[in-house]
Amino acid sequence: MFPYRSFLTVAALCGGSFALGAALIAPAAFGTAATPTDGAESEEKPYSIAEDGTVDWATYNGYRRYNSVCFQCHGPDGLGSTFAPALVESLKVIPYEQFLEIVVNGRENVTTATESKMPALGADPNVMCYINDIYAYLKARSDGAVGRGRPAKHQDKPPEAAEAEDACMG
Amino acid sequence: MPRSLLTSGSSLAFVIAMAACPGVASANEELLRLQQDPNQWVMPTGDYANTRYSALDQINKDNVGDLRVDWTFSTGVLRGHEGGPLIIDGVMYVHTPFPNNVYALDLNNDGQILWSYKPTQDPDVIPVMCCDTVNRGVAYGDGMIFLHQADTTLVALDAKTGEVKWSVKDGDPTKGETGTSAPMVVKDKVIIGNSGGEFGVRGKVTAYNTQTGEIAWRAYSVGPDDEMLVDPQQTTELGKPIGENSSLNSWEGDQWQIGGGTTWGWLSYDPELNLVYYGTGNPSTWNPVQRPGDNKWSMTIFARDADTGMAKWVYQMTPHDEWDYDGVNEMVLIDRPINGQERKLLVHMDRNGFGYTLDRETGELLVAEKFDPVVNWATRVDLETGKPERDPRYSTEANGEDVNTTGVCPAALGSKDQQPAAYSPQTGLLYVPTNHVCMDYEPYQVAYTAGQPYVGATLSMYPPEGEDNLGNFIAWDPVAGEIKWSIPEPFSVWSGALATAGDVVFYGTLEGYLKAVDAQTGEELYSFKTPSGIIGNVTTYTHNRKQYIAVLSGVGGWAGIGMAAGLTGDTEGLGAVGAYKSLDQYTQLGGTLTVFSLPD
Repeated sequence: MFPYRSFLTVAALCGGSFALGAALIAPAAFGTAATPTDGAESEEKPYSIAEDGTVDWATYNGYRRYNSVCFQCHGPDGLGSTFAPALVESLKVIPYEQFLEIVVNGRENVTTATESKMPALGADPNVMCYINDIYAYLKARSDGAVGRGRPAKHQDKPPEAAEAEDACMG
Repeated sequence: MPRSLLTSGSSLAFVIAMAACPGVASANEELLRLQQDPNQWVMPTGDYANTRYSALDQINKDNVGDLRVDWTFSTGVLRGHEGGPLIIDGVMYVHTPFPNNVYALDLNNDGQILWSYKPTQDPDVIPVMCCDTVNRGVAYGDGMIFLHQADTTLVALDAKTGEVKWSVKDGDPTKGETGTSAPMVVKDKVIIGNSGGEFGVRGKVTAYNTQTGEIAWRAYSVGPDDEMLVDPQQTTELGKPIGENSSLNSWEGDQWQIGGGTTWGWLSYDPELNLVYYGTGNPSTWNPVQRPGDNKWSMTIFARDADTGMAKWVYQMTPHDEWDYDGVNEMVLIDRPINGQERKLLVHMDRNGFGYTLDRETGELLVAEKFDPVVNWATRVDLETGKPERDPRYSTEANGEDVNTTGVCPAALGSKDQQPAAYSPQTGLLYVPTNHVCMDYEPYQVAYTAGQPYVGATLSMYPPEGEDNLGNFIAWDPVAGEIKWSIPEPFSVWSGALATAGDVVFYGTLEGYLKAVDAQTGEELYSFKTPSGIIGNVTTYTHNRKQYIAVLSGVGGWAGIGMAAGLTGDTEGLGAVGAYKSLDQYTQLGGTLTVFSLPD
């Protein structure tokens, strides 16, 4: 699914201790692990959707995990809230590497007019163990490939996903 | 009577009074007096009983239609504005969400800013506030204004100058513990609760000495008996002693240490019984499968001795919560006859959709009825056992992890959230801002990391089947347990209400309307669209003998999460036209205080 990038990084992160994981994925280390791209347009689609609307497991799981750890600020279905941007729009602009960098390290925008802050989530297994799923879901939303709400039909959970989850969540 | 005699008599009385009350005047006496003076609005809850009732009647149901905006004040902050201002002796104290600025406005001088307080807080606290950076207001006592900041700092400011008298840190925001609730001053103590139930924070209430900032008592919601300030024999639930290790026995292992039960709602106080009342929030995580047991004392009404903090009685409304129905909503203390006998009552409109009426002296459960007919997670509450009778179809525990339980009413934001109700002793009715929203809820495994969200469920929310209004403003009979009338609103009503002797009830809406309705019938008498959606609470006061109505607008909070998107109607069979309503087509951000009066 992500031939040249982060699956390895995330697997390494999730396999070890999370304190170590957070250090591993600090910007410098991350920069060497990931290959810069020209932008979001050049990326291969991280999701797959069958003709009858059945979404792959990653996209479906991304929907679930988004609603656990992102929804509280970024609103339902990635559409934004009064205090955090709409990720369906953001992902039209920012490439995967930048997405991951912001999730891991957070971002701050505190001025006299606004006070918003994205936390650093690099040490949170509930986020990092599923970050590629969350990305797949949001990219599908951003591309208009899946609509609002819970995808009606989805692939069963593949054994590899279950194994990866167990290994990552510990 | 000879003049000299009068003088000496007065002096003698004065000396005796001083001897009885050494030191400064007790905040209790001053506040007891001020909270009954309708010309002031001296505590966020209006009075100790949380009635949000005013005896003022200059503005009444016959003339409220002539109401107009008198003056406005921009807070300079964009995020969700909950709570409302205090008005004491010609000064109005206005607070803001993070960064938690406080302004003292001189009502004798056209609202000129007498002083402002602008704390510096680490922005790291912003993302650990689950539902916007709200703050529900400041408290007054002993000549000081008490502010409970987002970073859990409690600061005492000189009410005249804004000078910092003392400040203490109540909790640890790096673990997700934050401050959103309004303090309450009782006697010589200022009491606060904590926030952070979505971060595995352990709930607690702490009383600080108003003069020194030293901790007088601290009572946790969960854990060992001594840390909860409960007595296994003396503390009762529904008349029976709670027994030893009541909380520890209701959790598996050490889960209680990250077990939630935060206390971010409102406090009430009964001076005669000397009891403080409040409710505790959800047990964490939101995945019920991960925390077997009743999870005591989350979702619980506490009655505690104001001096010692010791719990007199408790009542757990939602044992082993499966839906995030925090029990933190306000406790309204009223005196009404039941079966011909005058009773000291506590009325509580819970997130779980039941309106509870208890005897506030003993904790006896008298009434528990649904205040929204769509509530379906439980069929009824047994008044003897206090237990809700759950409908297994809507049990996220029974359906299990990784299963999407659909059509649960109410949604996690509850049939009512923190937005406080008002009670009129004239009508005997409670006026309640409510949510009318259902949800799908899918729990799953989560891991705990300090300072990171600890949620463990996916939710989607939508209006009840076949309906398109997401809120109602209702009149509730707390003795009969019945809805008297109900006004449908397109969005959740997220504003605190005000009832007055003028037979008028005020509330705000998420589109930004301040509305006045007839207290008897609910008929709309006045409506004005303020600059932004209203999640603040309506207050009233007089200045130079003229009555004013004041409200903060500034959309945000839990309600703001869905604002840009609106709620979806993706669940099959809903198809309601209004299900895709998007609040941002009605209003935008911005904190403003709007003050209304009648034309001269």
